[in-house]
Amino acid sequence: MSQHTATHRRTVAATAAAAAALLAFTACSTPSTGTDPAEAAPGVTDDTVTIGTHQPLTGPAAAGYSSISAATQAYFDYVNENGGINGRAIEYLVKDDGYNPATTQTVVRELVQEDEVFAILNGLGTPTHTSVLDYLNQNEVPDLFVASGSTSWNQPDKYPFTFAFNADYVVEGAALAQYAVDESPDAVVCLLGQDDDFGDEVVEGAELVLGEGGLAEVQRYSVSNQDVTAQIGAMQAAGCEVNLLATVNGFTALAVGTAAKLGYFPKWFSSSSGGDYPTLVGFLGEDLAPKLLQGFTSTNYLPFSPDGEWTALFRQINDEYNDGAPFDGNTVYGMSVGYLFAEALAAAGDDPTRQGLVDAISSGDLVGNGILPLSFGSDSHAAYLGVGITTVDQGVQDFVGTTYALEGDEVATVEAEPVPLEGEGIPGAE
Amino acid sequence: MSPRILPGLTGTPRLLVTAAALTVLAIGGTFLLDPYRNYQLALVAAYFCATAGLTLLIGLSGQLSLGHAALMAAGGYGYALTANALTESGIDGVPRFLVSLVVAVVAAGLLGLLLGLAGARLSGPYLAGVTLALVIALPAITSVFSGVFRGDQGVQIAYDGVPEALRLIIAVEQWQAWVAILVTAIVVTGLAVIRRGRLGLRMRAVHGDETSARLNGVPAGRVKVAAFTASAVSAGAGGAILCFVTQSVSPGAYTLAFSLLLVVAVVVGGLGSIGGAAVGAVVVVLLPWLIGTAIGAFDLPTELEQRLSGNLGVLVFGALLIVVTAVWPGGLAGALRRRRRRENRMLRADQMPPAEPRDSRPAEPAIPASPASHPISTEPER
Repeated sequence: MSQHTATHRRTVAATAAAAAALLAFTACSTPSTGTDPAEAAPGVTDDTVTIGTHQPLTGPAAAGYSSISAATQAYFDYVNENGGINGRAIEYLVKDDGYNPATTQTVVRELVQEDEVFAILNGLGTPTHTSVLDYLNQNEVPDLFVASGSTSWNQPDKYPFTFAFNADYVVEGAALAQYAVDESPDAVVCLLGQDDDFGDEVVEGAELVLGEGGLAEVQRYSVSNQDVTAQIGAMQAAGCEVNLLATVNGFTALAVGTAAKLGYFPKWFSSSSGGDYPTLVGFLGEDLAPKLLQGFTSTNYLPFSPDGEWTALFRQINDEYNDGAPFDGNTVYGMSVGYLFAEALAAAGDDPTRQGLVDAISSGDLVGNGILPLSFGSDSHAAYLGVGITTVDQGVQDFVGTTYALEGDEVATVEAEPVPLEGEGIPGAE
Repeated sequence: MSPRILPGLTGTPRLLVTAAALTVLAIGGTFLLDPYRNYQLALVAAYFCATAGLTLLIGLSGQLSLGHAALMAAGGYGYALTANALTESGIDGVPRFLVSLVVAVVAAGLLGLLLGLAGARLSGPYLAGVTLALVIALPAITSVFSGVFRGDQGVQIAYDGVPEALRLIIAVEQWQAWVAILVTAIVVTGLAVIRRGRLGLRMRAVHGDETSARLNGVPAGRVKVAAFTASAVSAGAGGAILCFVTQSVSPGAYTLAFSLLLVVAVVVGGLGSIGGAAVGAVVVVLLPWLIGTAIGAFDLPTELEQRLSGNLGVLVFGALLIVVTAVWPGGLAGALRRRRRRENRMLRADQMPPAEPRDSRPAEPAIPASPASHPISTEPER
C-alpha cells in the first residue's frame, strides 16, 4: 500500500514539475504585432546594445579567421571604456559555428531567439552565412557587414536587412585579373577557387577582364578535404604562370606550400579573404614564408599600411584590450568592422530601432575607414566596389599604389581616398 | 505505453489511437514553447524519424548501420533538389512540399534498398563497414558532383511560410514544428505497425537465429532487405524534415560524428524500443545545447571555452554511452520498463488476493504475454 501511495505521489510530483517547466518556457509563440516600441528594438536597454555573430572559432577556417572576433571585441571594449555609443555599451556575443553551415543555422537561431540580439554583425563565411540569409531577413534582423565578398549580400530588394562588408569577389577577381594583364600581359593566367559562390564569383570577375575562357585552367577545392596536390599538379601541368586564388587563408598557404613541394613557383594573386601575410606566416613558418611569399600579390580595401594612423590606433587598442595578440590583417579587419558598426549605431540615434539602424546605413552617409568611399545607399548594400593592390616585399605587405574600381563591367584605375582618423576612432565623439 | 487507457482496444487500433493522442499532445505542446524551443522540437522530430528507423534495424533485425546520416542526407538532397526544380516551374505551397517529401523518401528508400541488398550478404562488422564508407564518402560525393550538390555550401531552398489562415495565430517555428511532428507521427506509426506485425516478428526470428528462421520458412534475406529499406525510408523522411525546417542541406550536417551519434542515441534510448528512440532524439538535440549553455554559464577563459565547446559534447556522449550500457543494458527505455514491471508486481503483491476488477480480462496475466505487444528485450540475448 505504501508503495502504491509513494508511486502515486511521485507521479503527481513529476507531473507538477513538468507543468512548472513548461510554464517557465511559456514565452508565447504568437507572432508580434510590431506596435510595441520594445519589440522594435530587442537587445537594446538604457545602457547596453547586445549584438551577436557567428565565427569559425574551431574547424577548417579557424586558424585563418578566429582572431577577427577577438579584435572586434577589443575595439568594442575600447569604445565601452570611453563611454560607449550614445551612452550605451556594446555587448558582443560570439558563437562558434566551425565553418559548418548546419551549425551556423543553430547558433544564429540561438542568438536571435534566445539571446534576442539587436543585430547580427560580421557573420563569417560564404557557405555558412548563405544558410541563414533567408532566416535573418524573414525575421527582420539587421544582418550587418557580412564577412564575405559574395554578391548575395547586395540584394536590397530581396534581402533588405543584409549589408556586405568585404569588397565583393567579382570586384576582387576583376582587379586581380586586370593587375595580372597590366603587369605581365603575356602570362598564362589560371585560378584555384573554393567550391562555392566564393570561387564562382572570382571566376566571374576575372572573366570580365580576360574574356570567357580567358582562364587557362580553373581548379576547385572543397574545404572539407585538406589536400590540393591534384589541383596544383594540374595547374603546373597546364603551364600556369599567374595563379589567381579564391581561397581562405588556410588554403592559400596550402596551395603555396604544395606548389613549392612540387618545385613549382608561379606568381600568386590572392583575394583579400585569403591574402593576409602575417596569417600566412603562421601557416608556413617564419623561416620559409618570406621566401615562398616574396612578391605575393593580394587586394585590400582597409587602412592596413604599417605606418598609417589607423594602424597606430588599432595597434594601441590591440595591446591594451586584446592582450597584445599578434597584430595582423585580421586585427585591422575586425576593428574596422567594429568601427563601422559603431558609426552606424551612432547614426541610428538615441533610441535605435532595427529599422532605424538599417535606414542609417542605407542613407549613404556612413564613411567607414576604407581606402575608397563606401558604396552603401538605398539601392546598394555593397560596401566596397574597389580595391587596392598589395604586394609582399622582404616580409612586409603594403599597398603598391594601384587601385581599381569596378564600374559596370569595366575595371577602371582610380585614386585611393583614405579616410582620416577622427575623434580617437570613436564615432560620435567630438 | 499507457496500459490503463482504453482497455477495450487492442492491437493495431490501439496503437493508432495512442499515436494520434501523442501527436495531438505534441502539437498542443508547441503552444507552450517559445520559438527557439519549437525549432528544437522540430529537430527532435526529424531526428526521431531517423532513430526510430535505426532502432528497428539494429534492435529487431540485428543489422548495424553506421551510415544512417548518409541516408538522411539522401532524403535531404532529394527534398531540396525537387523543391528547387518545382519552384522553378512555378509550383509552391503544399504540392511542392508533398512531392518533394515523396521524392526524398523514395531516394533514401532506393539507397537503403541497395544497401540492404548488400547487407543481406554481409553481416556484423562488414555491413557496418559498408555503411561507414558511405557516410565518409558523402563530402567527396557532394564536391565531385558540385554542379548538382553545390559542394560544402550545400543546396538552399525557398522558404515555406506559415499558411495565410494561421499567420496571426502561430509563428513560423511553431508551424515548422507542426509539420515536423505530423510527418514524424506518420512515419513512426508506420514503423510501430511493422514492429508489432508479421514483418517485425520475422525480423526478430532472423535476428534470434537465422538458420532456424530459414528452416521455419522465413525468407531471411528478404526480411533483412525489407528492414533496411523501411529504416532508410524513415531516415529519408527525417532528412527531408530537417531540410524543410532549415531551408538547406549540406554535407556538414551529416558527418561521421553525427552518424555515430545516431547509433549512440538508439543504444542509450534502448535498442528496439520506439520510445527509446524518442528519448535518444531528445538527447541528441538537447545535450549539446545544455553543454553549451553550461559552458557559457561559467566564466571560463576564451581559449578554454573554445576548446571545450566543440569537444566536450563528444566526451559526454561517450561517457553517457558507457554508463548506460553498464547500468541499464536495455537502455533508458529498458530501465523504465523494468521498473514499471517491478512496481506492478509489488502492487499485485499488495493487493492479494488477485484483483477482482481484472477478472473481466482473464487473458491478461501479470506480464503482458501476447508476443506482438511484448516489447523486445535485448538484454537476455547479449
